[in-house]
Amino acid sequence: MAFPDILFYLFAFLTLLFGALVVANPFSRNPVTSAMFLVLTICAMAGLFVLLNAFFLAAVQILVYAGAVMVLFLFVIMLLDLKEEQRRKINLFGIVTGMGSVLGLGFLLMRTIWGGDLEQAANPSVIGDTKALGLELFTKGQFLLPFEIVSVLLLVAMVGVILLSKKELK
Amino acid sequence: MAWLDSLSPQTQFVFFTLLKIACVLGPLLTLVAYAVLAERKVSALIQDRVGPNRVNLPLIGSIPVLGPFLTKLGFWHPLVDGVKSFIKEDFTPAHVRKIYFWLAPAISLVPAFLVIAVIPFGSTLGAQKMVIADLNVGILYTFGIVSLGVYGIVLAGYAANSKFPFLGGIRASAQMISYEIAMGMSVIPVFLVVGDLNLGKIIEHQAQNGWNVLPIFGGGFSAQSLLLIPCGVISFLIFFISALAETNRLPFDMAESESELVSGYHTEYSSMKFGMFFIGEYANMFAGAAMMTTLFLGGWTLPFLGLDVAPADGEWWKGLLHIGIFMAKMLGFMFTFIWIRWMLPRFRYDQLMDLGWRRMIPLALANIILTAAVLALTNR
Repeated sequence: MAFPDILFYLFAFLTLLFGALVVANPFSRNPVTSAMFLVLTICAMAGLFVLLNAFFLAAVQILVYAGAVMVLFLFVIMLLDLKEEQRRKINLFGIVTGMGSVLGLGFLLMRTIWGGDLEQAANPSVIGDTKALGLELFTKGQFLLPFEIVSVLLLVAMVGVILLSKKELK
Repeated sequence: MAWLDSLSPQTQFVFFTLLKIACVLGPLLTLVAYAVLAERKVSALIQDRVGPNRVNLPLIGSIPVLGPFLTKLGFWHPLVDGVKSFIKEDFTPAHVRKIYFWLAPAISLVPAFLVIAVIPFGSTLGAQKMVIADLNVGILYTFGIVSLGVYGIVLAGYAANSKFPFLGGIRASAQMISYEIAMGMSVIPVFLVVGDLNLGKIIEHQAQNGWNVLPIFGGGFSAQSLLLIPCGVISFLIFFISALAETNRLPFDMAESESELVSGYHTEYSSMKFGMFFIGEYANMFAGAAMMTTLFLGGWTLPFLGLDVAPADGEWWKGLLHIGIFMAKMLGFMFTFIWIRWMLPRFRYDQLMDLGWRRMIPLALANIILTAAVLALTNR
């Protein structure tokens, strides 16, 4: 087994392990611990991106998710009352719906893997160069339209958040 | 060197990388220790005091002129400070959250050192580039790692499980997130001008077209370089102010603010655990200074005497000189950091947030558009 393969299995294992510890940690029911394991999961996933030569994605993954989004999560968790969350029992409804969605997503994933052409997927068309990624995103007929739509969607979300968090509308 | 040539390229790579890591970390830790001394001496100078001048080593202290001189300089103070940190009682209060209490100092220390890995601290020595990891997304990597630095402080505040540290941690996280945005945006004009994320390429571009902060040397005076001057200056100022905020230095040290929060997030820490926060802060300052040197002041280059190109074969003295130039620029920034700390009072918290969100971020956005317009009009 070549060195990258070993690294792949290592990072994949870590991603799954930390991911499991986010939702079902046998040692602690502390939400802060869960959030920290989510940070570790994200970092391990960045490792997987590096192995796919997607350096840009790996850096952005750490920068945006681990560095900004999760800090805000942590921020909110710390400001809320945590005792309630730790005492709460796991209810049946939560288990059933949670398992259902995981199984559904797993089914979709398996279908994609079995149905797709793995040989082609193993050779990425865009090597982690920022310039190549930018050209891919901003060339007409490539991903320009989806990219712009996503940008507008984000803008709408931002405006919505500001509107919702304002106490009284003038 | 025959045994080195007999190794495979991979083994050589690993060998040289480990060597470079050792050669960077050792001096960096020494510099951190002496930065503390510099802080105390400069503050003494500014406040018209003498500063640390007591520690005397038995043998060296009795050398006629040199011994008393070093003592007066406070040269041995970092040494005994380090020893003191280690032998003090490491007290863990009963009410803290143990695991995070132990993790937080380590988490605050690591990112500062990881940032140094992509900084080109010199040109070449022999066939080796003087950078530990020559990443193509170098600058994004640094921002990613810097953004992880906030966890150390947040977790320290959370772990202490008491009010002042918690307030310090919350303040610090809000402040660091806010200024990270301004910092990230202030660098975008640099990329627009250079067209690459690799820090080595950024230095190369500056060697040919003048430093990013003031693009007038090299390449001569063109309309473009003149028009880019305000862009460079604005970028640099925003980056500098954000770097002060990111490293929790005065006038932005809301996270500590001794007079109101009893030193904030590390109130409950003692001994070497506190020492690690301390080292982390200074290592962060060095990382910030190194980043500014690389992005805006041309890194290891000087625009005259032919010092702006990588040395040819056998010119090893020039390689060493380049490292010296880089160090001089970095230490200049360190001195400015310290100088500012002892000259300015602390901001109020709402002033800090106001400056970050309502002044610097819009200014940085405008600067991006201005730079893009200049580049588009002067046709590149």
